[in-house]
Amino acid sequence: MYSEKVMDHFMHPRNVGEIPGADGVGTVGNPVCGDLMTMYIKVKDKRLADIKFKTFGCGAAIATSSMTTELAMGKTLEEAMKITRADVAKNLGGLPPIKMHCSNLAADALHEAIKDYQKKKEKKG
Amino acid sequence: MRKVYMDHGAGMPLDSKVFEAMKPYFRENYGNPSSSHSFGNVARNAMESAREKVARLVAAEKPQEVIFTSGGTESNNLAMKGAAYRNRKEGNHIITTAIEHISVINICKFLQKEGFKVTYVPVDKQGMVDLEKLEEAINDKTVLISVMYANGEIGTIQPISEIGKLAQENKVIFHVDAVAAAGKVPINVKEENIDLLSLSSNDLYGPKGVGALYIKAGTKIQPIIQGGGQERGLRSGTENIPGIVGMGKAAEIAKKEMEAEGKRLTALRDKLIKGVLDKIDYSFLNGHPTKRLPNNANLRFSYIEGESLILGLDMYGVQVSSGSACTSKTLEPSHVLLAIGLAHEEAHGSLVFTLGKQNLEEDVDYVLEVLPDVVKRLRALSPLTPKEMVR
Repeated sequence: MYSEKVMDHFMHPRNVGEIPGADGVGTVGNPVCGDLMTMYIKVKDKRLADIKFKTFGCGAAIATSSMTTELAMGKTLEEAMKITRADVAKNLGGLPPIKMHCSNLAADALHEAIKDYQKKKEKKG
Repeated sequence: MRKVYMDHGAGMPLDSKVFEAMKPYFRENYGNPSSSHSFGNVARNAMESAREKVARLVAAEKPQEVIFTSGGTESNNLAMKGAAYRNRKEGNHIITTAIEHISVINICKFLQKEGFKVTYVPVDKQGMVDLEKLEEAINDKTVLISVMYANGEIGTIQPISEIGKLAQENKVIFHVDAVAAAGKVPINVKEENIDLLSLSSNDLYGPKGVGALYIKAGTKIQPIIQGGGQERGLRSGTENIPGIVGMGKAAEIAKKEMEAEGKRLTALRDKLIKGVLDKIDYSFLNGHPTKRLPNNANLRFSYIEGESLILGLDMYGVQVSSGSACTSKTLEPSHVLLAIGLAHEEAHGSLVFTLGKQNLEEDVDYVLEVLPDVVKRLRALSPLTPKEMVR
């Protein structure tokens, strides 16, 4: 059902964990629906210096989380905001159609984390 | 790597003796049982011998009370639509339970659109049907009660004799979906007052694509397929002779081996359940602790999701199922788990182990060795896991 790439990221997810004192945190999904993910980011010179994630969900949810962190690592915030769900799925060698909507939320979580960082920054002035 | 298949509820291997019995009916004895010549006789005799064997498995009085179909789903359709339409003048009310197989649930939804009223009787936390509510639901318009013998997902075995008595007292046709139970626990259609009983061949280590419906003599039912009038007019279409022969042989073997195999599987099941509950924190048993199918263990694990558990176990060569939404075509968690009162997030973390003939005690030991690691790894990934557990 899943591509080799998906299974690789499911079995060996990259950048798992939390970042204490993260610059931005984004959570999307809902355990009731079966998928919940949180992204933590560290920003340095307008670039993503570090990203970590925690995900509750199916194989696709875990693999897309892992792939998103890989795609976004080192990118500028502007570039990272342009990463789409489709980019994540494409880099994983595709996802089953039924998983495209429900389990491909990691890009959204990343965007939420970046927005959280920007909001915090505005507050600080 | 060890291969441990524990998903017999989803599909079973064909018994080698069944395979041997079927072989001559593909290329040598290919006659049509409706033909008058000798080739027809050979096919007809093979079919009638299979009918006797299936009848014996469920203690039917006469072999003629057994009709062959294409499987459990068709048997449920013939039983329920056939009885509902045939008795429509008597009433339009059907009683079933909230945890039936999806085929029964969807037949009920279809019949509701056709103007029938359906009562879905609730079950308790262990999946046992509420007998009082079932009795209360019976009214003078009730024409059919449909309750499964045992639930294939959570394993709970229903009080079929009691329900059969209620149905008989109220002169209501009683249909039992015995697909998950047949061959695993003894069934006696006469003593249990069952009028219609659905069976599937593959769940007896027989071939896929064959099933049967027991129809007690005198039960009013009409066909749902129109055609050449085979199977006493109730199931038209040229009979699947190799499949029917296979189902007959499978039923014969099941009857012979049921008692010993049931004891063996019950011991393995209980070792698996106890081992998991002992070794893994925040793990729970779904279904009834004792009134359950000998081969079924349904366990749930907090903070993680079932499909990722399946994939994680598959990497160790272990195949199981889950009631999680992520493994269903509808993206809804199992209606059975919701009906026994689990929250959605609890239902997502369930795993169904259905053991079978080739599973050995070593297989259970192997699962108990690898499962804790799979659970631990996924919990370490999960944002829901309490912090103290991740250490």
